[in-house]
Amino acid sequence: MKPRQRQLLWIAAAVIVALAWGFYSADGPQTTAVLAGTVRAATLLALGAMCGMIGERSGIVNIGIEGQFLMSAFFAFTVTSMTGSLFMGTIAGVATGLTMGWLLAAMAVGLKVDQIIAGTVLNIAALGLTSFFYDRGRSLGVSKYTNIDLGPLADIPLVGTVFFSRPPITYLTMALLVIVHVALFRSVWGMRTRAIGEHPGAADTVGIDVLRLRYLNVTLAGGFAGLGGSYLALESVGTFSRAMSGGRGFLALAVMIFGRRTPFGAYAAALFFGFTTALQNQFQLKNTFDIPPQFVGMLPFVVTIVVVALSGLVGSMRDPAALGQTYEKG
Amino acid sequence: MTELLLAARNVTKRFPGVLANDDVSVELRPGRILALLGENGAGKSTLVNVMFGMYRPDGGEIIIKDEVVDLRGPDDAISRGIGMVHQHFQLVPPMSVVENIVLGAEPTKLGLVDLDEARVRVVELSERYGLEVDPDALVEDLPVGMQQRVEILKALYRNADVLILDEPTGVLTPQEADHLLRVLRGLTESGVGIVFITHKLREVLAIADDIVVLRAGRVVGTTTPNQATETGLAEMMVGRSVMLRVEKTVAQPGGVVLQVEDLRVEDDRGHIAVDGVNLEVRSGEILGVAGVEGNGQRELVEAITGLRHTSGGKITINGGSLTNSSTRQIAKSGVAHIPEDREKHGIVAVYSLAENSVLNRYYREPFSSRGIMRREVIHRHAEAVVEEFDVRTPNVTVTASSLSGGNKQKLIVGREFSEDIELLVAAQPTRGIDIGAIEFIHRRILEQRDKGTAVLLVSAELDEILGLADRIAVVYGGKLMDVFDANVADRERVGLLMAGISD
Repeated sequence: MKPRQRQLLWIAAAVIVALAWGFYSADGPQTTAVLAGTVRAATLLALGAMCGMIGERSGIVNIGIEGQFLMSAFFAFTVTSMTGSLFMGTIAGVATGLTMGWLLAAMAVGLKVDQIIAGTVLNIAALGLTSFFYDRGRSLGVSKYTNIDLGPLADIPLVGTVFFSRPPITYLTMALLVIVHVALFRSVWGMRTRAIGEHPGAADTVGIDVLRLRYLNVTLAGGFAGLGGSYLALESVGTFSRAMSGGRGFLALAVMIFGRRTPFGAYAAALFFGFTTALQNQFQLKNTFDIPPQFVGMLPFVVTIVVVALSGLVGSMRDPAALGQTYEKG
Repeated sequence: MTELLLAARNVTKRFPGVLANDDVSVELRPGRILALLGENGAGKSTLVNVMFGMYRPDGGEIIIKDEVVDLRGPDDAISRGIGMVHQHFQLVPPMSVVENIVLGAEPTKLGLVDLDEARVRVVELSERYGLEVDPDALVEDLPVGMQQRVEILKALYRNADVLILDEPTGVLTPQEADHLLRVLRGLTESGVGIVFITHKLREVLAIADDIVVLRAGRVVGTTTPNQATETGLAEMMVGRSVMLRVEKTVAQPGGVVLQVEDLRVEDDRGHIAVDGVNLEVRSGEILGVAGVEGNGQRELVEAITGLRHTSGGKITINGGSLTNSSTRQIAKSGVAHIPEDREKHGIVAVYSLAENSVLNRYYREPFSSRGIMRREVIHRHAEAVVEEFDVRTPNVTVTASSLSGGNKQKLIVGREFSEDIELLVAAQPTRGIDIGAIEFIHRRILEQRDKGTAVLLVSAELDEILGLADRIAVVYGGKLMDVFDANVADRERVGLLMAGISD
């Protein structure tokens, strides 16, 4: 990161803190609700963005995150409903995500299917299958994941409620962000992953098995989306409903791009998009504006379009050079 | 003590329809430099790829350090101490020099890549062998000469005691090439053996201890620099006597045809690639643009031929402004273009030779009438081009992709020359084609000049510029360093200008 960018980042952070503090003094409960909603909405986006980022860093586009979310949410819900265990449901969600990731890898890496088509297959399959098998009468049977206070940290005004009184998958996501960051930029795996996304030929000549690593990464990335699906069914909503991922798998891709395919960048972007979602919820709840709720509900998506369009202008962002290309040896 | 570092014994390698290596044997001993000489398609690259484990031989065996080996892949060869510097560098542009060098053989500490230790070793290696390079620079910011050093360091980092270099000097200025040859000589003193692939005769005589000449997949000669001459080697390569220098008469320049004033052009990344260039080409002369690749030549050519927009300056042809005109308009005003990348801009590979022969004027009489193409006319035209320009093909209905590089190039030249032209823009016109086709194309370019065409010749091969051009312009960093008459040009000075050093 260039010094100028770093400077801008600090200024932005300071402005945000000042604004939050200002609003909190004016209307404590409302501000807490919006910011807690922000963190809540950011979790799913961050998980989706990590899924997308691990794939794209290794050169594979994943537009099937939406489908991975949905399918995993379905199995997380169903398994919990049958076993009565949130933990088993979460494991089932992650396993479903891994399986979906493996499917994408089998198509895009193994069979060299066009990556956009492979992702679309996941989306359509997930929507069709979950809609067909969804049993309206079934309920979760247990209450969803509840908030866990992190000791004295949770007592800090505003920050405590927003960050340190959260349910388990949200904490896990924050830990994963740090782990993925270190893995991607400091570990051998990360270095090789970035290399196969930029110049698979070069990686091949130093003895890195490009196709195998891509296979592994796309499968592994599916686990993150799977955790996202579990979050959706077991922590956020507490049930399953038709097409419940509601476009957030695609929003996660925007978050990933805006966050420059880095975990922390993506989390910042996820918080930003989460904020627009939380704000929109509050507007609808309090009926702040006298306009149809559908228009208020558009807010996060309109912001997505504007931000993604603008981000092309702000700073130079470059895709991994080999993104979307199948690799042929020799 | 190892006797044979690396050897091929009776290696045969077939590809569908081609016998790429036919019973080839070569030997490399410690501390020696083996030059593999041959034309494109002679089988040099196939041979080293077999020795590097990229291909499996269909017959024969590979010996590494006195031991017959069965290589399973490049990593197998690497672990046995073979290092290869590919013609197209295998580096990851947005990664740093150190990261590129250790990739695939990363030192670790507590499970993470230990870049500090890697840096220490890289600096030590680069000092020991005179390969200075900034370990923390990003590869994409380095000039090609530096990138090549990174490639060599990459091999040395893996403790290579055999270094295979595929056409290593093609991207260097003459001085950089000399430096590389000195570095290689230094490496042999520590026992490293080097396989050096090239088609440049001068380098072979300057550096090699042993010379093996390949033609059509077979070894046609084994010699040493003491016994060989440039002409002798060239004859061995081609299989008949060749003229290394084109015969040409003194140019009779006429009026100015192409005038470029204060031209500014950006590259794909939006950086200035052509920075205020002024030049003119007169009818009946060849202006040769010399320079290491990537110094704005491509953008200059693309701006003149209408493939790229300019961001400033003027281009006029015969007094009419053609700045940012369409390619069609430019072609119509008598500009012929032999593009640098013939696969991308020269031909449509899946079209027939006939269709390719009229790519620039299929829509005009007599090839079309009322919007319908006239097959017979196009066929007759194509047959005439094939005949006159010696394109080797069974007929004109086969696709262009079935032709060899040299024949594709002759087809392009034939298409561009089959009408009267005012200006010829020839970019790397003989890259990657056989000596026979090179001779032919050089003669045709000179013929055009003598007919009064203005010729702008861009080439990374300094010998081609020195052999053909009447005046020479040297570019560096998008700027014109100097323009002078070819008969006062000397290699040394041109080389310095190519490196951006003016007197």
